[in-house]
Amino acid sequence: MTAVQDTPTAEIGKDRRRKEDQRLITGRTRWTDNITLPGMVHLAMVRSPFAHATITNIDTSAALEAPNVIRVITGADVADEQGSLPNAWPITPDQVAPAHPPIAVDRVVFAGEIVAVIVARSAAEARDAAELVDIDYDVLPAALELKAAAEATPENGGALAHPELGTNKSAFWKFDSAEAGTGGNVDEAIAKARTDGIVLEREYRQQRLIPAFMEPRSTVVDPTGEQITMWSATQIPHILKFLLAAVTGVSEAKIRVIAPDVGGGFGGKLQTTPEEFITFLVARKLGKPVKYTETRSESLMAGHHGRDQWQKLTLSAEKDGTVTGLKVELLADLGSHVALIGGGVPVLGAFMFNAIYKFPAYQFNCQTVLTNKTWTDAYRGAGRPEATFGIERIMDDLAAELGVDPFELREKNWIKAEEFPFTTVAGLEYDSGNYEAATANAKALFGYDELRAEQARRRESGDKVQLGIGISTFTEMCGLAPSRVLGSLDYGAGGWEHASVRMLPTGKVEVLTGATAHGQGHATAFSQIVADRLGVAFEDIEVLHGDTAIAHKGMDTYGSRSLVVGGEAVVKAADKVIEKAKVIAAHLLEASEDDVEFSGGRFTVKGTDQGLAMAEIALATFAAHNLPDGVEPSLDSDVTFDPVNFNYPHGTHLCAMEVDTETGQVTMRKYAACDDIGNIINPLIVEGQLHGGIVQGIAQALWEEAVYDDSGTLVTGSFVDYLLPTAADTISFDLDHTTTPATTNTLGTKGVGEAGTIASTPAVVNAVLDAIRQFGVQDIRMPCTPERVWKAINDARGGAHAETVAAAAPHFDASTGMEGTTDRTSGGNPA
Amino acid sequence: MIPAQFDYLAPTTVEEALAALGEHGDEAKILAGGQSLLPVLRMRLNAPEVVIDLGKIDSLRGIRDDGDAIVIGAMTPHSVVEHDPLVEEHAGLIHLAVEHLADVQIRHRGTFGGALAHADPAGDLGAPALALGAQFVIQGPGGTRTVEADDFFVDLFETAIGEDEILTAVRVPKHTGWGSCYEKFVRVAHQWSIVAVAATVRMEGDTIAEARIGLTNMGSTALRARASEAALVGQPATEEGVAAAAAVAAEGTNPPSDLNGESAYRAHLATVLVRRAVLNAAGA
Repeated sequence: MTAVQDTPTAEIGKDRRRKEDQRLITGRTRWTDNITLPGMVHLAMVRSPFAHATITNIDTSAALEAPNVIRVITGADVADEQGSLPNAWPITPDQVAPAHPPIAVDRVVFAGEIVAVIVARSAAEARDAAELVDIDYDVLPAALELKAAAEATPENGGALAHPELGTNKSAFWKFDSAEAGTGGNVDEAIAKARTDGIVLEREYRQQRLIPAFMEPRSTVVDPTGEQITMWSATQIPHILKFLLAAVTGVSEAKIRVIAPDVGGGFGGKLQTTPEEFITFLVARKLGKPVKYTETRSESLMAGHHGRDQWQKLTLSAEKDGTVTGLKVELLADLGSHVALIGGGVPVLGAFMFNAIYKFPAYQFNCQTVLTNKTWTDAYRGAGRPEATFGIERIMDDLAAELGVDPFELREKNWIKAEEFPFTTVAGLEYDSGNYEAATANAKALFGYDELRAEQARRRESGDKVQLGIGISTFTEMCGLAPSRVLGSLDYGAGGWEHASVRMLPTGKVEVLTGATAHGQGHATAFSQIVADRLGVAFEDIEVLHGDTAIAHKGMDTYGSRSLVVGGEAVVKAADKVIEKAKVIAAHLLEASEDDVEFSGGRFTVKGTDQGLAMAEIALATFAAHNLPDGVEPSLDSDVTFDPVNFNYPHGTHLCAMEVDTETGQVTMRKYAACDDIGNIINPLIVEGQLHGGIVQGIAQALWEEAVYDDSGTLVTGSFVDYLLPTAADTISFDLDHTTTPATTNTLGTKGVGEAGTIASTPAVVNAVLDAIRQFGVQDIRMPCTPERVWKAINDARGGAHAETVAAAAPHFDASTGMEGTTDRTSGGNPA
Repeated sequence: MIPAQFDYLAPTTVEEALAALGEHGDEAKILAGGQSLLPVLRMRLNAPEVVIDLGKIDSLRGIRDDGDAIVIGAMTPHSVVEHDPLVEEHAGLIHLAVEHLADVQIRHRGTFGGALAHADPAGDLGAPALALGAQFVIQGPGGTRTVEADDFFVDLFETAIGEDEILTAVRVPKHTGWGSCYEKFVRVAHQWSIVAVAATVRMEGDTIAEARIGLTNMGSTALRARASEAALVGQPATEEGVAAAAAVAAEGTNPPSDLNGESAYRAHLATVLVRRAVLNAAGA
């Protein structure tokens, strides 16, 4: 067995400043849009203003006359060659999915869909020419509102997103613990509780969000080499290469995909996009390098959206609060197409509604629905934030209903530390955890008792500003994913990850990883891991990724997998290097392998002071002058690691919100969290992930919502109206950790990339409600705008649940016709 | 995004600017700080053929004491207005409003006159201008005229400035010693006001002798809360004293409904914010 002894200055656990940052923050970057190739031409997209319409005519003559326009391409021009964008996860065998051409051919199905492509010598000229394409549309009824879309049929005349499908329903997916043999019958539990216990029925809305990553998407394709090279602002270069080949028929060996510096993804760049396929097609057609870079307006409108569900939860419990059953019925809005993973995102939450609690019976039902809006797909947490929101909201509701402390209720029902590993009613085995310890830590950090006391004082005095405390005790399933489990769910690929460790003759190390960082800091964390494992200096390790010709094998980055799956592959590859080096070391030291030990980067013979450094072994292997018979002159090692289980970080998050009862304004007073993410490689990187993740979850609770008007136009089409918080809107969070190592990987690590987002949303909403339940308020819809809060307090019916008014005020010019313009000349109702 | 092509002119005197405006008429747009115009150009919401940049006309910048008023050059950046001691002492309400305007970067580029000429009812300067009875100095081919604040804001994005005229300065009558408060209500710090109240009061002991209140985003222009102003005269600066006046804050207004709030909610907010702004201004 290879044991790594503690080196005097262990890298793992150190808050190393990231290797990547010097270059990134001084502009020595290569974003896709920075790439300029000789003879490169530029694309601009002409997009449909209508949510649903037939294209009756496209007149490209004026655009073709425009300066430096090379070509104008319509869907009809390439109908037979453009193929269809793939859906890698049909969640049921009978899933209904429309064709997904990159350029619309005779019908558009969402506002923003590409209908024509301009090719010109400069981006500005392409943009100018795009305005000259004249398109006639016949507008069709659009399927917009999710519940109505689910009910629509040809018979009842409801709007169908794709009339040829005859329905908007795509797939119905169900999990039942009784059927699966993992628990009891939930309908029986609910029926029993109606007489002997308590039943809560709730409906929650998960609003539609826009990932809004910092770097807009960009693609460059160079068809002039032996391989066709695509650079793209993507999270998934390996998956993209495979799917480009599968869809276009070009040999996979003739395609190279590179994700250069990528400015954030959050799941929003986990997609194979129409723009990528179009750029690839045009480059091949013209034989010239081609670039397309989207504007922010295009990004918000046409980049895939996240969340968008109606959730019906039925919870049954005994009168003392012991839960007996949970039934979940979801309606999930897919948007106009079943995208790469889109149909499966709600299913990723299927196993998480039971969360940390010991439900004896559980059932999950999900109907995915097509609408004439931008399609939805993964967005930070992908299915798990939705699940955590549902369960943590209803547990607070249950506590309120029973009049018991919300922590006591949770503790009564959660898995106790000594019960791990624990197989849940959803059939997952949680390897390790300690909810008691994390909770105690979080409460102390938060000043829980003092804040409860203040809350009581304010209530008693009828203070105009009330205080609410919200709890979120979460776990999540990440580290996507054990390939066999993916197979059983009909997912189109596996969940392994690949690493390669190359020992260079001078003793430096190159690490290849199939993980594709887009801000996560893998190069730093993996360097720390390899430094400890091989006893090589942190600075002497180079981590290579993102280029399919270099880091040739991988399943890329999403689902908080890169450390727990990718990092494990790195560890195992490093260990293979040590095994190979040991054989050579023993030979060179003329000792038996059993007498050779490895520690602190040196191979030593037991009981002697004879030894050789790893670097010396590397050089000797390279020279190959004196190797044992049959041993290859190489220490380089490869591992493809397939996890056996998901990975289960957990945490307790606490939020205190002040509510101004006169205006409904909410202000965050304090936010504390104790997260257990197993052993921590780099505390600084972890903090960054948590702070950022927590803000994204808070943003869903308070600010963000993608709003469509009755015509299916995206009203929140810019950051004027799609409210992203800045540092001016958020407080600093108090964070701490407990450590129960994972038992399913060598380093005992757990994922953290999405944890903050998963946990924070219900903590915030629970806090707002906690402040105003006293006024008879039972629920409030997200985002918790001041208006909704105020209406909830003053009219504990209706107002708090109304849909967001689908109108945005113009701030530039009344004649500009920004979407959803509210008519301020007449005031009152939106135009 | 990339604007459509335009010709760029940078006159160095007001006369040159007026000549250019006269020549190009409605094909031209004036560029002040660009914080409203440039987004329009880049999103291609509008495509003027000529952009006339006033940035090189030094005579349009600066703040001076003019006896019973201070005069703010139209091209003075917000950040200069924000830190100017004359403004703070004699037109405190403007000082407070500018502090809340957008963010630091925008305040360094955007201009006092540009924002007022843009006349977005949700912009932060209209209400203080109304409350302080500002006078707008407008120059055209026929000469210079002055328009009172009450007549300056005509409609949404529309002012009394003629197509061939330029706003050159804003004259603000001194309100030295008046108490001021700008209450801005937003969900995130960088957004336009959902509703805001600009209140300035002249106290006699603990009594409000005079109150002037401007409302942001309560109609198609900045508005005065005249009913509240009248009801405040002679009232003590206490919760009870101002309650009745605050309750009528929305009289004569026409607040919009949009994704940040419906009309009725804005009307309610106005009553709360007027109460708070007046009490704050009165130093209560």
